[in-house]
Order: sequence, then C-alpha cells, then structure tokens
Amino acid sequence: MTWGKDLLTLEGLDADELWEILKRGQYYRERLDRGEKAGTELRGWTVANLFFEPSTRTRMSFELAAQYLGAHVINFADQGSSLAKGESLLDTVWNIEAMAVDCLVIRHDTSGAVKLVADNVAAAVVNAGEGRHEHPTQGLLDLLTIWRHKGRIEGLKVAIVGDVLHSRVARSNIWGLTKLGARVVVCGPATMLPDPGDWPVTVETDLGRALEGADCINVLRIQKERQEQGLFPSAREYFTFWGIEQNRLNRDLLLLHPGPMNRGVEISGRAAEGPNSAILDQVTNGVAVRMAVLSLVKERGGH
Amino acid sequence: MELLLKNAVLADANGERLGDLWLRDGLIAEVGPDLVRPGQIVDLRGKKILPGLVDLHVHLREPGQEGKETIATGTAAAARGGFTTICAMPNTTPSIDTPLLVELVKLKARDQGWVEVLPLGTITKGGAGREIAELGLMARAGAVAFSDDGAWVQDARIAHNAFRYAAQWDLLLVSHPEDSALSAGGEMNAGSLADRLGLKGADPVAEVAAVERDIVLAKATGCRLHLTHLSTAGAVDAVRRAKERGVKVTADVTPHHLLLTEAECEGYNTLAKVNPPLRRREDCQALLAGLLDGTIDAVATDHAPHQDFEKKTTFAAAPAGIAGLEIAWPLLYANLVKTGRLPLATLIEKLTDGPRRILGRSPLTLAAGEQADLTVIDPASQGGVNPADFVGKSRNTPFSGWRLAGLPVLTIVRGRVVMHNGRVGAEPAVLPVAQVG
Repeated sequence: MTWGKDLLTLEGLDADELWEILKRGQYYRERLDRGEKAGTELRGWTVANLFFEPSTRTRMSFELAAQYLGAHVINFADQGSSLAKGESLLDTVWNIEAMAVDCLVIRHDTSGAVKLVADNVAAAVVNAGEGRHEHPTQGLLDLLTIWRHKGRIEGLKVAIVGDVLHSRVARSNIWGLTKLGARVVVCGPATMLPDPGDWPVTVETDLGRALEGADCINVLRIQKERQEQGLFPSAREYFTFWGIEQNRLNRDLLLLHPGPMNRGVEISGRAAEGPNSAILDQVTNGVAVRMAVLSLVKERGGH
Repeated sequence: MELLLKNAVLADANGERLGDLWLRDGLIAEVGPDLVRPGQIVDLRGKKILPGLVDLHVHLREPGQEGKETIATGTAAAARGGFTTICAMPNTTPSIDTPLLVELVKLKARDQGWVEVLPLGTITKGGAGREIAELGLMARAGAVAFSDDGAWVQDARIAHNAFRYAAQWDLLLVSHPEDSALSAGGEMNAGSLADRLGLKGADPVAEVAAVERDIVLAKATGCRLHLTHLSTAGAVDAVRRAKERGVKVTADVTPHHLLLTEAECEGYNTLAKVNPPLRRREDCQALLAGLLDGTIDAVATDHAPHQDFEKKTTFAAAPAGIAGLEIAWPLLYANLVKTGRLPLATLIEKLTDGPRRILGRSPLTLAAGEQADLTVIDPASQGGVNPADFVGKSRNTPFSGWRLAGLPVLTIVRGRVVMHNGRVGAEPAVLPVAQVG
C-alpha cells in the first residue's frame, strides 16, 4: 500500500490498491441498496468540500457519502469570496484547515492545484476533479460500474470517446483501466485527442474501428466552447462522426457517461436511456465509491 | 586607482597566454610578462582572466516590480555571476518606451548599479504591439536595441513597419519569437507529457513560425534582427538557413534551454515554468549544435526573477521565468565544458565577443588601451547551486544542487573590483591586499 494520507490520482495507485477501494465500494453499494445510510465509520470526523469550480453532482455525492458514514460536513463553494479579495489558494485552505477539519475534498479548475494543497496541509486531501488532469473518484466509480456489470476488468476493451484531450475523466479512466488489465482506445476528432507518447492507449479517429470488439464505451461530454476554439465545426458534424446512437451499440456493449449529458451532441436520448446504458447506476456507484475512499482515508491516518 | 593583476592566464579571442595586466583609469594600461607597476597587486596564479562577460537578456524589474528585483540587486547578481555588462529588458512597469524612461534606467544604473547596464526600449508603445514607439529618440537617449520581449509583435503589418523604420538608422530589433495565436496560452511544451499532466501545451510550431516571419521581414527590409532565447530545433534550422542566404540575423540561447528538458515540469514544478518552455532532448542537442557551428551567436540568461510566493502556486498561475545571472557561467562550465561537449574558447566567445558583436560593438581583447572590464575565473574551483547563496532578490531556479565549476572569483568593471570570491561590494572592502584565492 503506497498511497499516503491523500487520494490525488489513479496514476499513483497500483492494482491492489485499486481493488481494495473497489471491493470496499462494492460493500457500500450493497449497504446503500439495503437502505443502510446511518453508518458510523466517520463519526467525529470533519470533511470540508472545497469547490473552486461549479459542480452539483460530485459535490452532492461527496456530501452524502460523508453523511451516510456519520461525518460532519461543510461545503465551501467559491463564489469569488476570498479569492476575489486576493487571498491565495493556500491561504484559503490553511484557514479552513485551521477550523479543525480532518479531510479536504477539493475541486479546482487548474491541473496540479489539488497536489499543491496536499503538499502543504496536514489534513487528508481527496481530489474531486482538477483541471484537465485527473478525477480519480469518477474513474473509480466507472471501474466499479464496469466490474459490477461485466464481472471482470482484465481483458476488456474499453473505448473512451469524445474530448479526451481536455478530460480529467478520461485520464483517470485510462490509468485505472490499464492498471487493472483492460485495453483502452481513445477516440474523437484529431483536435481533441492527446499525444499518447508512452501512454498505454490506442488512439483512433474512426468511431467504428474504436468500437470493434469493445465491451464498454465511456462517452465524454462535449463543451460548446470547444467549437468556439475551432476544435470542431458544429454539433451536427460532431454527432455525425462521433455521436453515440442506439443503433451503433451491440447488445453487450456497456454504455457509460460521466454527465452532465448534451443530448444530441455526443449522445442520443435513446441511447442514454436505452438498454445498454448504466448512466444512473454510475451515479449510485459514485456515492458508494466515495464512501469507500473517505473511510479508507480515515483508516490511513487522515486524523 | 591602479591594479596590477599578476601571473594569470589571459584568455580571449587571441587564445590563451600567460601575462600580467596593469589597470589604470578604467583601462588596461599595459600588458606584459613580469610587470612591475604601482598599485594594488593581486596574485592570480592558476586563474584565467577573460574579457568581461556580457548578458544580452536580463529582467531587472525596475521600475515597477521591485519586489522581484531592482537595478541594485540585479546588477549585484550580475557581478556575482561574472558579468560586467548586461542588457536591461524594457518590459517593466511602465514599459521603457520613451527617451525619459531610458534616461531613468541609465541614471539609476550609474547611481546604484554594480555593472554596466545597457537599456533596451520597446518596439511598440507600452509593448502593446499596436503603435511604433519613439525608436529614434530612445536610441539617441542611449537605448542599445529594441524589444517587446515577453511578447512578439503579433501583427505582421506593424512588425513590417517597425522593421522598415528601424532599418533607416540600422537599429537592432530583438525578437521574442512566439506566435501567441499558435502557443495559445500554453503552460509547458506541447506533447505527451503536457497531455498526461493536463497542462496546456505550447507547440514548437509557435516559435518556428514566428522565427520564419521575422526572417522574411529582416530579409525584405535589411533590418538587423536578433532572435532571443531560441528553444526549438526548428528555429535553429530556420536561422541556419537564413544565415546561409545572407540575412542579417543573430540568435541567442539560454543555459536552461541547453541543459533542461520538459521533464523538469513533472510534479507541477513551477520553478521549471519558463517562456519559451523547456523542450525535449533533441531540441537541447540542436541548440548545442547551433552554438558549435555558429548558427547561435551568444548565450544569454533571460534572468527573470520572481518572488518565492509567486512560484508557490499552481502551474497555471505561476509566473514564467528563471533567475539565471548568478550561475550561468559556472553551470555551463561544469556541465558543457568539463563534460567535453563545448570547448572553453567557444563558451568564452558566446558570452563575450558574440554578444558584443550583436550589439554592434567591437570585440574586447586583453590588450593595452582596452576598457578594463574583466572576469577572472578559477578553473580548479567546484561547487553546487544553492539558491540561498544568491545575492539577487529572487531564488527561482530549477538548478538547485546542480554542479558548478570554474567559478568567477573577480569581476572588474572599468578597472574597479565589484566582486571577489562571490562577495559583491565596493573595493577595497572586498579585495584582500596582495592575494586572491
């Protein structure tokens, strides 16, 4: 076990560590399914959700995960308060930590911001998504969803389709899936694909080839601003070449989407609600996996 | 003030030989073996005397950003690094874009500076890239060259006008070649590492395209063009081809682009954030090859001081820049000369006559009648980079712990000792009688 007080990336975890979290997540998922929401694992512990970037579902998911296990929870959403007054990120965080907070759950729009905080505080830090770098709990909930549906991860082929270059979800998926033995192909317009370098992924611009023999497809959100930046010409053209329609999906293909969805841009409504979709199941697994992460962080000595 | 430097090796464009130098009234008054002359005697056995080092690219930050550096502290850093002459970049607050501001920098430097400061003015008013600044009046006031450093003159029509205007008086334009439409807010070199870290990439094509446009304009207008801090193999190639065609273009490279790669950015190390960004091994090799074959005329530090707290933030929010003045010479001596990758004579050339020629000055040789701007190094000395030792205001360097060798032990500006064994100060406080080292 190598992860210390913090959960910052999936790049930094090995397969055993990933499985420990997933098995704990499976346990909590089963508890949630039985309606058991009065856990005591985090009693007397304080979690601060610090969201320096707007978010609804991830913040609520972390908040409920902490509450279901009995923690105190406070939420900080930066509406330009302290940062607008010129206070630095570290000063803001140090002040919140000084209120006897044990765990900081941080969302930030800048890659590396969560590591910067973790390097400079004693409290445990959990990355709730930073910049275009990583979103490890999203990666974990995707892994849990795939595992629960497919019964395994090793040997699966997973296609990640969309704006991979700007996606922290894609990065956490790539690391988590490949460490557990899946093959990953990333697919989208050339302007939205990363330079793979020595990354263990295949890069593909053709959706049909990306989906050949795939067991799972993870569809990424397409942001309108990418069109303004000239990365793709129109929603219509994007949907024609990379949009996910129900008729493209084989019977056994598992469909994931981290949300929020742009129906008609990267995915059709029929596909999102169709038989392949595990999209709402992902959301439930998100709470379970965050319960697992918070409880493990506390056991690891995060105060 | 008279100073007799005894028993040193004299190393300049004429090669190396033993000899004594007698300095009087700011000049080298006499050169010869076994000189006996009045004045303070310094025994420099085992040391080498070089023509004073020149840095074409320094950010002194004054006026306006005195928390980072001042003319007094920046020139102290230069003296410690063995530089006798530095060029002050004009992107201060306000920008140096009028003759009055050029005068201000000169006056402050004369009053508080430890070494010679040559001010640059901006090419465009405020460095904003829209209207040509008063190049003629600033040149008359003492600006040695013009640069919008920190940015490129993005608008090709305005750049074309600036080149034509500067050419009428044979003025020197110093270009920071970066097409910002292409680099698009890049935080580090574009490619797989940036993509893995989730940082915005600045593509090498942003530099190559800017270099190529500037070369087209220099060729068309006859303007003297100097391209600063080249960082890509493509840019070296473009300059090499331009020189072969006879275009009046020169170029410099920084120590960090010669020695470091983008890998320094791992872990979001903001000390490695610099513009242009650190590139790849093959770019370092192309830059070194460019120095060796004469494509690149000079080494310049792009000394860009920032305060500790400014760098202690996210990679995106951290300012770009590396403080380089105090270690440039011994860093390159240890890591390029002593490793056999660059001849000592070439390193001397790229930090003395190379930059002097770019500025339109004649080379400085160790001969009677020349100005007594001298740098004395100890070839046997070794050390390591410790930013806590810096005498400048800022310590932002990614070279902590790197090996140093051939450290400067004396910096002499117009016959006056301004640095001895790393200590900067007015003589005679710094200079022990009769013995150095």
